[in-house]
Amino acid sequence: MQQISIMTLALSLFFGVSQLSADDWRQFRGDNASGHAMDANVPTEWSENSQPTWTTGLPGRGLSCPIVVGNRVIVTASSGPEDDRLHVLCFNTNTGEQIWKRQFWATGNTRSHRKMSNATPTPVSDGKQIYAFFSSNDLICLDLNGNLTWFRGITHDYPNASNSLGMSSSPVVADDTVVVQVEADSESFAMGLNTANGVTRWKKDRPRKANWTSPVHWTANDSDAVLLQSSKGVSAVEPKTGKVIWEFKESASTIPSSTADESTIYIPSKGITAVRPNGNGVEVLWNANKLSPSTASPVIANGRIYCINRAGALTCGNVKDGSILWQFRVKGPFSATPVYANGYLFAVNEEGLLQVVDAAGEKAKLAGEYNLGETVLSTPAISDGALYIRSDGKLWKFGQ
Amino acid sequence: MRSTMPRLHGQLWLGIALGVFTFLLQSSTVHADTHHDQIEQIRDVGSKGQGHEQAIDALAKLSQADATALLPILKGMKGANPIAINWLRGAFESIAARSFGKSGPVPNKMFADFAQDRSHSPRARRIAFKMIRDDAMTAELVPTFLNDPSADLRREAVAYYITVAEKVTDDQNQVDMVRSIYRRALKGAVHDDQVKQIAAALKALGDDVNLQKHFGFLPRWHIIGPFDNKEMKGFDVVYPPEKGIDLSQTCVGQMGDVTWQPISTDDEYGVIDIAMQIENYKGSVMYATTKFVSREDQEVEMRLGTPNAWKAWINGKLIFAREEYHRSTGMDQFRVKVELRKGVNTVLLKVLQNDQEQNWAQRYQFQFRFTDEAGSGIRPDQEQLTLR
Repeated sequence: MQQISIMTLALSLFFGVSQLSADDWRQFRGDNASGHAMDANVPTEWSENSQPTWTTGLPGRGLSCPIVVGNRVIVTASSGPEDDRLHVLCFNTNTGEQIWKRQFWATGNTRSHRKMSNATPTPVSDGKQIYAFFSSNDLICLDLNGNLTWFRGITHDYPNASNSLGMSSSPVVADDTVVVQVEADSESFAMGLNTANGVTRWKKDRPRKANWTSPVHWTANDSDAVLLQSSKGVSAVEPKTGKVIWEFKESASTIPSSTADESTIYIPSKGITAVRPNGNGVEVLWNANKLSPSTASPVIANGRIYCINRAGALTCGNVKDGSILWQFRVKGPFSATPVYANGYLFAVNEEGLLQVVDAAGEKAKLAGEYNLGETVLSTPAISDGALYIRSDGKLWKFGQ
Repeated sequence: MRSTMPRLHGQLWLGIALGVFTFLLQSSTVHADTHHDQIEQIRDVGSKGQGHEQAIDALAKLSQADATALLPILKGMKGANPIAINWLRGAFESIAARSFGKSGPVPNKMFADFAQDRSHSPRARRIAFKMIRDDAMTAELVPTFLNDPSADLRREAVAYYITVAEKVTDDQNQVDMVRSIYRRALKGAVHDDQVKQIAAALKALGDDVNLQKHFGFLPRWHIIGPFDNKEMKGFDVVYPPEKGIDLSQTCVGQMGDVTWQPISTDDEYGVIDIAMQIENYKGSVMYATTKFVSREDQEVEMRLGTPNAWKAWINGKLIFAREEYHRSTGMDQFRVKVELRKGVNTVLLKVLQNDQEQNWAQRYQFQFRFTDEAGSGIRPDQEQLTLR
């Protein structure tokens, strides 16, 4: 036992980080992309007297979310008069001290809506490497110590693959493949790249229409699929080959992304449409037009689905049939998707007001508020009893 | 005595650190060949993952090199493609972080010398400049970057001159000097925010700035149309102007016969507003042409802003085509490297409007200029030719 501990410690020191942790938050909306953290220790009592554990300044703006791998929290940012400086930053989760920072140049289009930035997509990690993606479609693979492994400039490869409003789709990693959706009016495709070397495993044409949704890695019932959403529906593809497994062919939103639990996929389509794969197609379980996400994606936790619209109308539904359980008003406007832990929803509006909602009961109740006083457009992360929020200028940690 | 001890310790450590670095430099020839080979393998990285497998191994090894590899890496950025430059930067940053930490001594003079030498890659020079940890040395360098090939280094110099001008602005006896400093700053300014700041300051001093001329927007064109683009079907239709430009030509357009018409703009940012020129402009194609006299054969950037779909030809060669409507627009929205030949060059634009009815989808316009890599407007050797 002691030998194992010593070995673990030695390996941990050697690699400088614990590579496997149940508390990691390695991608947009957490490891299962539901926005639900199985974390009982995240702080739930909030007031204007609450204090962050630490904050640290960032060198640029970003809508990308922090991710947590072991004792490291990683965040991206972009800066410069042309927003072409791409930053990847790594901080110690305990102290907030910067462990390393790296900077690169964008090789694709850096223009975006003034509210967005080049650092809009959230990076993803498989616990060994970090894949930092940007609106300019630059994909940067670094090890956990900040050493560059490879760099791809996807708009450099395909010069029409860009959106003048900016791109936001966050990549996923599945089966040693990093999957990106690069979908715009002028050129549109999804790609799977070998995590080891950045070489393209597959590339599939996608509907030529601007699309800001993110792929979802869905593992259920022995299925290992990446769900690609667009205005034409959802395609489930094999991560390593891009081969289509099944398709949902009704229209879907191009802003909020699908969310899934172990058996069902909840698609922002005519409100929310719940589907379950059925051979090479899907069975539609229910549709609820009163569950209507706008910019933020739905959150799934403990048999409930939560949708918040831009103005702050929060609706809770039953995942079994889509019936509405309650509605509650929080102060908007919202771009960030809320996150859920221990019966509470953590929703940060664009003005930086964190609103903590007791969301597990028959009715919702505001449990507390805290004003960060800075613009927040980024979805928080939860890891190991702490809540991480990225504002325009800072990274904040609350909790242990 | 006590008060001098920390300084002596500081000097001692600095001496040791520089001694170690000198030693590393002296041993650099041992590694030079290895570094050179690794850098060359990384430079071979191309588009679409080409060369990755070889370069990954070279990058991993190079990233573990000592500080003697830093200068060769920076030199290796010259002429490298944008992807390879980023790979090299990754190696550079790993080595620099390990060698110097957040606040350790760095070979300031080595980096300053590199940053000053305009024969190197502009991007590499900015990296070198940012490595310098000596404020006095940095302050000495900044004013020399005013007309630098690196837009980022220029920006530092322009900011410096703006600050200098602001410091003496309140002195009424120094108005001419202030104006002169702002004028100097303007010569180097390529970023819109700095240009606007300078122009506003000069205007307050009674001195107007011609922004259109400063940025080099081309204000005089001929346009013809509309041709049909209902349901966005006109993008790949070859209408007569694509077959050859004849300004005396009459073509059959969407609503009857159309001829080339002169158009010019006084807009500060060179915006040619097509919607103002024609009726029923929805679902249409317009062509615009102009001539540009280049003083030499040169590679330049074509910089275009438009909310509409577009195609561009230079001297009959298709440069780029983009089918995107109303996803915002702005100065320098699209940047494409093009070759201009000495003498007269012909530019042809195809600009397309779709059928969208929203208020924000009514703009039908473009702005066009040629620049160098830093974004400095290239003016024609003669004023834009009057097209006849």
